[in-house]
Amino acid sequence: MTRRLRRITILVFLMFLALFTSTSIIQVLSASSLQADSRNTRTTISSYSVQRGEILAGDQVIAKSVPVNSLYRFQRQYIDSELYSSVVGYYTRTQGSAGIEQAMNSELTGKSDTQFFDRIRTLVTGRGQQGASVTLTIDPKIQQAAKNALGSQVGSAVALNPKTGQILAMVSNPGYDANQLTGSDTDTVIARYKALLQDPEKPLINRTIGGDTYPPGSTFKLVVTAAALEAGFTPDSEFPNPSSLTLTGSTTQIHNDGDGTCGSGSTTTLRTALQLSCNIPFAELGAQLGQKRIAAMAKKLGFGTTLKIPMRVTPSVFPSKMTTAQLELSSFGQYDVRATPLQMAMVSAAIANGGKVLAPGLVQSVQNDRLQTLSSFHVRSLGQAMDSKVASTLVDMMTYNVQSGAIASARIDGVDVAGKTGTAETTKSAQYTLWFTGFAPANDPKVVVAVAVENGGSYDHSLGSHQIAAPIGRDIMKAVLSE
Amino acid sequence: MSTASTVAGAAQVKERNLRGIELALTLVALAIGALALILVQYGALGGLRPVPLVFAGVYAVSVLAVHVTLRITASHADPILLPVSALINAFGLIMIYRIDLEKQVTALWSPAARQVVWSVLALAAAIVTLLLLRDHRTLQRYTYISMLAAIVLLLLPMVPGLGSYNGTNARLWVHLGPIAFQPSEFAKIALAVFFAGYLVQHREALSLTGHRILGIRFPRARDFGPILVVWAVSMLVLVFQHDLGTSLLYFGLFLVMLYVATGLTSWVWIGLGMFALGGWAASRVITYVQGRFDAWLKPLDTKVYDTPGGSYQLVQGLFGQANGGLFGTGLGKGYPGITPLSQSDYIWASLGEELGLIGAFAILCLYLVLISRGIRVGFAGQDDFGKLLGVGVSFVLALQVFIVIGGVTRVIPLTGLPTPFLAAGGSSLLANWVIVGLLARITNSIRVGNREAVS
Repeated sequence: MTRRLRRITILVFLMFLALFTSTSIIQVLSASSLQADSRNTRTTISSYSVQRGEILAGDQVIAKSVPVNSLYRFQRQYIDSELYSSVVGYYTRTQGSAGIEQAMNSELTGKSDTQFFDRIRTLVTGRGQQGASVTLTIDPKIQQAAKNALGSQVGSAVALNPKTGQILAMVSNPGYDANQLTGSDTDTVIARYKALLQDPEKPLINRTIGGDTYPPGSTFKLVVTAAALEAGFTPDSEFPNPSSLTLTGSTTQIHNDGDGTCGSGSTTTLRTALQLSCNIPFAELGAQLGQKRIAAMAKKLGFGTTLKIPMRVTPSVFPSKMTTAQLELSSFGQYDVRATPLQMAMVSAAIANGGKVLAPGLVQSVQNDRLQTLSSFHVRSLGQAMDSKVASTLVDMMTYNVQSGAIASARIDGVDVAGKTGTAETTKSAQYTLWFTGFAPANDPKVVVAVAVENGGSYDHSLGSHQIAAPIGRDIMKAVLSE
Repeated sequence: MSTASTVAGAAQVKERNLRGIELALTLVALAIGALALILVQYGALGGLRPVPLVFAGVYAVSVLAVHVTLRITASHADPILLPVSALINAFGLIMIYRIDLEKQVTALWSPAARQVVWSVLALAAAIVTLLLLRDHRTLQRYTYISMLAAIVLLLLPMVPGLGSYNGTNARLWVHLGPIAFQPSEFAKIALAVFFAGYLVQHREALSLTGHRILGIRFPRARDFGPILVVWAVSMLVLVFQHDLGTSLLYFGLFLVMLYVATGLTSWVWIGLGMFALGGWAASRVITYVQGRFDAWLKPLDTKVYDTPGGSYQLVQGLFGQANGGLFGTGLGKGYPGITPLSQSDYIWASLGEELGLIGAFAILCLYLVLISRGIRVGFAGQDDFGKLLGVGVSFVLALQVFIVIGGVTRVIPLTGLPTPFLAAGGSSLLANWVIVGLLARITNSIRVGNREAVS
């Protein structure tokens, strides 16, 4: 009987061994995949049970979690949400998240790898877990200046420090109040979210980095000029100066702005063509340079690259496999060339920074709840786009644009400003996109801006980028220089 | 003579210590329970509430009453049984109370309060068992009455007007006035008594007679009769009460006791084969059983998950356990209430969520300690009936733990049995505390027997 009892004892131990094993598999080995399951409501709820970290701009708290008395233990609160919505985004229970809230989610909830020891600590001490706080490179004063400058225009503005890549301001208009998406009543939140989604002015889209990228129009001439200077052209290189040009291999005629010639005389120079933003000389230049050279310069400046700032930036596009006519159109930023305002700011920043392209970023530092810095901003080079001599020549040309009075509206008293406007037309009836990009002071740049205004009027009614986009850029630069 | 009395005296000192050990361990168990209750209140409410502490006090006094009864009527009983059972029971109470808090049950007559009352009644049942049953061998006289009682209890839920599904998938419940109970929980004790008595009487006949065919010894028809009856009843339970777990429990109990009594391995295989055949047939015929198999094999499959009666509940339990991880969310800090039946069928997932893998292992170890104390009776026992009964009731506990927790953790298809001592429900608590009383009585006789042998 003893032998049989031993066997029964072994059987009991085997049965329990199975339970030890199965419980271990569920609770430890497959726990993370179970928690990642979209049907797991505990994951949603528990993301609200840790106190989500704060988001700061400078020393101003612009997003925080406050305790509430419900199943979800905390509710998100946004301060000056309309001002910061394009950067901060939103964090909802049922409708996903956006902006920094989405891109920095694991840090904000304390789940990032750098916070492993913090998690162990909270486990031992039993204190409620707290996420890390994220401080942005955004300067509240400049952000406010950019918002004021844009006013009621639909569009966006971005300001960078050209020497580091830190984003000082990022405004997409119209913004929205993210607080309306944080309530505990799911149906209300869904209804408000849908309303924002269907708003024709698309407030949920951060226009500086994504959504529908714009044709960059004449601001793209900076890229073509850089390619030309690299290829041996000079600001004094001459081009035939007709008042209209038939695109190679087609019957389509193109004109300069104002339908005239580019300055007086039978020829014009590259400097004048950039100053007066003439389309015809650039079409001629583009055809001479060829697709490869322009594409190579665009690529070095960031076109076609997916950046993370940490939000994903829609890659800007310079098309490939174009006919000569298409290349001619592309050379002044039309046809299928597409760019985000951030990309155009990067072009100006590279020129301002001696040709060196720096990765733009929004996160200044990440700190845990004991104020230990887990990570902080570091300058990251994306390579040398152009020779520093080419860059300094371009600085001179862009400064001449403003000094000569072509973009008088960008002038700032006592400071040399470098700039370039653009008026992107898609069709004659559609609304123009009005551009400005530039930097100041020209000899020692502290700030780079790019502005794009969407509802810039149509062919016959446009006030033009000088009147609308350039002053916005000027106001933002002024705000930086006055600090 | 003097040597013998010295040995007896030494034995007596040791025996007196048994109850001292039991008291010390019981106090430790109750202290752990009290601490856990306080943690739940701080974790979920952030402060203390007096009423649950009063309930806890009533429970503690009842546990100590069992200890006093043991001192008086079974002073040589195993000292581990009471504290371990009391601690597992306390974990169940605390988790049920914790889920009440999560669901914001404010009524005084809450599931937790009911469970405390049932626990007190169950502890009283253990006391009554110890008082009425002064020698477990008297049970042997009731062998056939036990069989009858077991069959009646098993078939009771099938009686029209009495039985019900009680909101579950299995027709396991009997309504007597306002009280619903699960007769199957009591039937397992009656069956263990019957099997022990029957096998003690017939094991010679069973193991030595019969014909050998193909190397397997087949029993004579008249010896085989009761086995067929048990198999038939198990199948009836499966088919008419829709309960795979209960029928597996009885059949497993029977096979193990048969094996321990006769040593006939071949019968175990025959029995398992018969059960597998019945189970397979049932899974083909009864869609409910088929559904349970699907939920077991591919719970995360969208189709299985969304089917009514599919894997939704099981998966919620898995999510809860995953949320607990290695260390658990901490008492009062998880969301066990999201899982349906989190206080009864899925209490294991609830405990796993808040106590983590570490807590789950601790509870499994407590079960193992309790069961091994029972199986020890088989090794050390004086009489064959007591040995068989002790092993039988211990194994039925082990098998029940395996079937329930194995179902929740996907070792086997899920079935609706109560987790011993943990799950909300009075019948199970009563039956399991009676088992503790029985084991105490049997272990008492072992040490008394030893002392008699020495003197």
